[in-house]
Amino acid sequence: MQFMLLFSRQGKLRLQKWYVPLSDKEKKKITRELVQTVLARKPKMCSFLEWRDLKIVYKRYASLYFCCAIEDQDNELITLEIIHRYVELLDKYFGSVCELDIIFNFEKAYFILDEFLLGGEVQETSKKNVLKAIEQADLLQEKTETMYHSKSFIGCKKAY
Amino acid sequence: KSKEAEIKRINKELANIRSKFKGDKALDGYSKKKYVCKLLFIFLLGHDIDFGHMEAVNLLSSNRYTEKQIGYLFISVLVNSNSELIRLINNAIKNDLASRNPTFMGLALHCIANVGSREMAEAFAGEIPKILVAGDTMDSVKQSAALCLLRLYRTSPDLVPMGDWTSRVVHLLNDQHLGVVTAATSLISTLAQKNPEEFKTSVSLAVSRLSRIVTSASTDLQDYTYYFVPAPWLSVKLLRLLQCYPPPDPAVRGRLTECLETILNKAQEPPKSKKVQHSNAKNAVLFEAISLIIHHDSEPNLLVRACNQLGQFLQHRETNLRYLALESMCTLASSEFSHEAVKTHIETVINALKTERDVSVRQRAVDLLYAMCDRSNAQQIVAEMLSYLETADYSIREEIVLKVAILAEKYAVDYTWYVDTILNLIRIAGDYVSEEVWYRVIQIVINRDDVQGYAAKTVFEALQAPACHENLVKVGGYILGEFGNLIAGDPRSSPLIQFDLLHSKFHLCSVPTRALLLSTYIKFVNLFPEVKTTIQDVLRSDSQLKNADVELQQRAVEYLRLSTVASTDILATVLEEMPPFPERESSILAKLKKKKGPSTVTDLEETKRERSADVNGGPEPAPASTSAASTPSPSADLLGLGATPPAPAAPPPSSGGLLVDVFSDSASSVAPLAPGSEDNFARFVCKNNGVLFENQLLQIGLKSEFRQNLGRMFIFYGNKTSTQFLNFTPTLICADDLQSNLNLQTKPVDPTVDGGAQVQQVVNIECVSDFTEAPVLNIQFRYGGTFQNVSVKLPITLNKFFQPTEMASQDFFQRWKQLSNPQQEVQNIFKAKHPMDTEITKAKIIGFGSALLEEVDPNPANFVGAGIIHTRNTQIGCLLRLEPNLQAQMYRLTLRTSKDTVSQRLCELLSEQF
Repeated sequence: MQFMLLFSRQGKLRLQKWYVPLSDKEKKKITRELVQTVLARKPKMCSFLEWRDLKIVYKRYASLYFCCAIEDQDNELITLEIIHRYVELLDKYFGSVCELDIIFNFEKAYFILDEFLLGGEVQETSKKNVLKAIEQADLLQEKTETMYHSKSFIGCKKAY
Repeated sequence: KSKEAEIKRINKELANIRSKFKGDKALDGYSKKKYVCKLLFIFLLGHDIDFGHMEAVNLLSSNRYTEKQIGYLFISVLVNSNSELIRLINNAIKNDLASRNPTFMGLALHCIANVGSREMAEAFAGEIPKILVAGDTMDSVKQSAALCLLRLYRTSPDLVPMGDWTSRVVHLLNDQHLGVVTAATSLISTLAQKNPEEFKTSVSLAVSRLSRIVTSASTDLQDYTYYFVPAPWLSVKLLRLLQCYPPPDPAVRGRLTECLETILNKAQEPPKSKKVQHSNAKNAVLFEAISLIIHHDSEPNLLVRACNQLGQFLQHRETNLRYLALESMCTLASSEFSHEAVKTHIETVINALKTERDVSVRQRAVDLLYAMCDRSNAQQIVAEMLSYLETADYSIREEIVLKVAILAEKYAVDYTWYVDTILNLIRIAGDYVSEEVWYRVIQIVINRDDVQGYAAKTVFEALQAPACHENLVKVGGYILGEFGNLIAGDPRSSPLIQFDLLHSKFHLCSVPTRALLLSTYIKFVNLFPEVKTTIQDVLRSDSQLKNADVELQQRAVEYLRLSTVASTDILATVLEEMPPFPERESSILAKLKKKKGPSTVTDLEETKRERSADVNGGPEPAPASTSAASTPSPSADLLGLGATPPAPAAPPPSSGGLLVDVFSDSASSVAPLAPGSEDNFARFVCKNNGVLFENQLLQIGLKSEFRQNLGRMFIFYGNKTSTQFLNFTPTLICADDLQSNLNLQTKPVDPTVDGGAQVQQVVNIECVSDFTEAPVLNIQFRYGGTFQNVSVKLPITLNKFFQPTEMASQDFFQRWKQLSNPQQEVQNIFKAKHPMDTEITKAKIIGFGSALLEEVDPNPANFVGAGIIHTRNTQIGCLLRLEPNLQAQMYRLTLRTSKDTVSQRLCELLSEQF
């Protein structure tokens, strides 16, 4: 997999993960182009499309689009299920995940993704094992910190 | 709420964080983490962040897990690979890798895998294999290590050494922990592609693992079962790994065939769940199994079963499955075992073309029709494509046009059908008919005399339409110019009527078409003497002779003159019918390849070759007897003008180039010199090795050696991306006068450069006599969908052929005086561009090639050098003197040689260096 993007129906990028080296300018260009292309597609259309020399696999969950770019020889259907498994992981961790969870706990979304996919390849497909790793980390966090940091953090965001 | 308010709020927050970071009070880890996290958040909202990197790096060395974790996240998201911080980051990673704390090791490995820069590869590519195969490494760390190594191998394959560890990695396929197997399989697949021998043993291990998975009950694998499908991700990866190899030995092969049959059987079983996840996971494995079957292309039984299975999917209610079935069948169509089976689905596919609501599915249907086309169904498929073209989406029209043109040509039994098809193409989708297509129809008509009369008649009729596409005017003009005589007997298409018909379109056409029509007119003068005066009148009119466009004006003037001065015989020779075209790869096919990438069209190529003979009507290329073919110049002008002495000079190549393109598949011109090329060039005057050029895709390195008048240069082209370069063609270009002074010889390089790979090209150089200009290295290739064109000056300069000469002070001044002729001396006074450092200056003079003579000049601050330039024809003695003036920051450089041009050139080259 070359990259994964999460964006909202309004075209706001919520998470980006790049597995190939690209400049910031290129990343922005690709994001803009793809968001536009995917949002323009109708609901019943197929989840795959050719784009440049890559294959795009995307799926919509509620207000969020999950969009992966894979190479020619990669398997489209299994990529669709990569997306689904990631959604399940988020869902299980946050307890019925919504867009706001991913906005405000973006670091968790990234950590979960890193446990599941690394370097663009599936690392661990077992839901239990992935969540175990994340929960262990959370435990470490609570041991070292009595105060949870995010109070002020969320405060700052609520302002806009 | 509003955009402005958000920006204002963010700027305030940024200012706050900045002041916190800059403040005198040292921040504790917690606050540092908090602010770094805020920065990250702001960045992810889409704003630029230009500080905080240092603080993030500091967090890496924290002992607190969360602080470290946020630090790593910031680095992964925000630090690009060429940051100066990379050394600090690497240090922190090194500590964490050595910590033996699995969570810290995991974080460090994730960071390497996320950044994946070359510097990281240099630092860790040796270490990670050890972690991967060490007996006491935790499973989760092994998984991360495997994929981390994979990422490093993708970016810098040269830095990951194969070794003892490889055999132990292969055995991870037997690991108890399915997560470890999953991660390791990805690594092995990628490594095996480049080093198949080293990983050969993985085949039997992968087959037995796969066999255990597909035969397991759906609950055996516990959490690795996904919606009742056992380990779908791992199964897909194992099947991919097997696609790196040919079919295995009989023993293993039997077991593999069983697996594949089981997978095909399962597809027929009723689903265990109604959930789409179940069917997706199951079918993902099925499609991968079919890919493997197609890859092996050796079991007719499996191929036909695969085809039948895909046939079922063609009518499935899931759009995704219909899409994939069409796509997968395209590859099945190219196998001899399943081609016929694929053809039975033609009606379904044609129906998909008509009824699918999603353009990307229709596109797949077009591809499949193209792939399944052969002589038996070509007429039907071409007709369907033509009718689809009338309503096709604009985005895919050009591609369909190319495909129709290729199929019509390839399977034409009757060339009248071919001509009709192409004219229909122009009628239906004229705007999408590229030059290659209409060039090709002309080539074919010229090469086949049985179709010429029909072609002339058909274009004549098509031109009757009140509004016809300009491309039709081009084809019509060209064909009537050559073969109008074949229909001139019919009073309805007499010469004058033909001419009037063409000329009625003239004013509506663009300049290149009008230029082509003028050539048709002069051809008419030869074909039909009776219209000569009419045509001369047209050429003579002010709108032609005084046309503002130079090309049109020149043609009008020259053709008019030609028609007046030349005798009938000469006219007949000059304007003779075009000789047959030598057969090359069809330029249309080349164009389609460009659009689609080579993999999709290669299978058609071989059949293409066989056919080339019958298109020519014989294997012999153009007979040499015709004036047009035997002279060197007319390749620039299809009409063969300028071939005979009395004719006025042919149009200059650039303007005559209207039809030049017929011969070449991409007559793309040479790119202007890349920016910075001059600077790089100057850097190589005093040295022989280094990087000549670098952009985001390509790096060009040089290594060269010179001896007397000979030299050898190694050019290294490095593909910096992970994608192949195709049609990679470097060309050395010497300007005219340079060609006679400098001999360059080289061999073409492989046209494909794999991602991350480097290819080398050797250039042998001979200096024939002294020269001034430098050769240009032009590189053209395709990267992804785009054409790349780069030019750089190649640093082969006169001073490279220097041999240093040592001499004493007395000798030097004696020779200096001998070279006192004013032309022999060239002097330049210039301002220092670099700090005036004695040692650097000395090194540069030696690097320049001359000897550096100590204690020769009475003023010790001055530099004096001597040497001989070797060329094949002669040797030229050179003396030089460089006088620095530190106060003024100036230099005075004096060159004296026995040849004025050499003095001049050496002085220019050396002046640039200080």
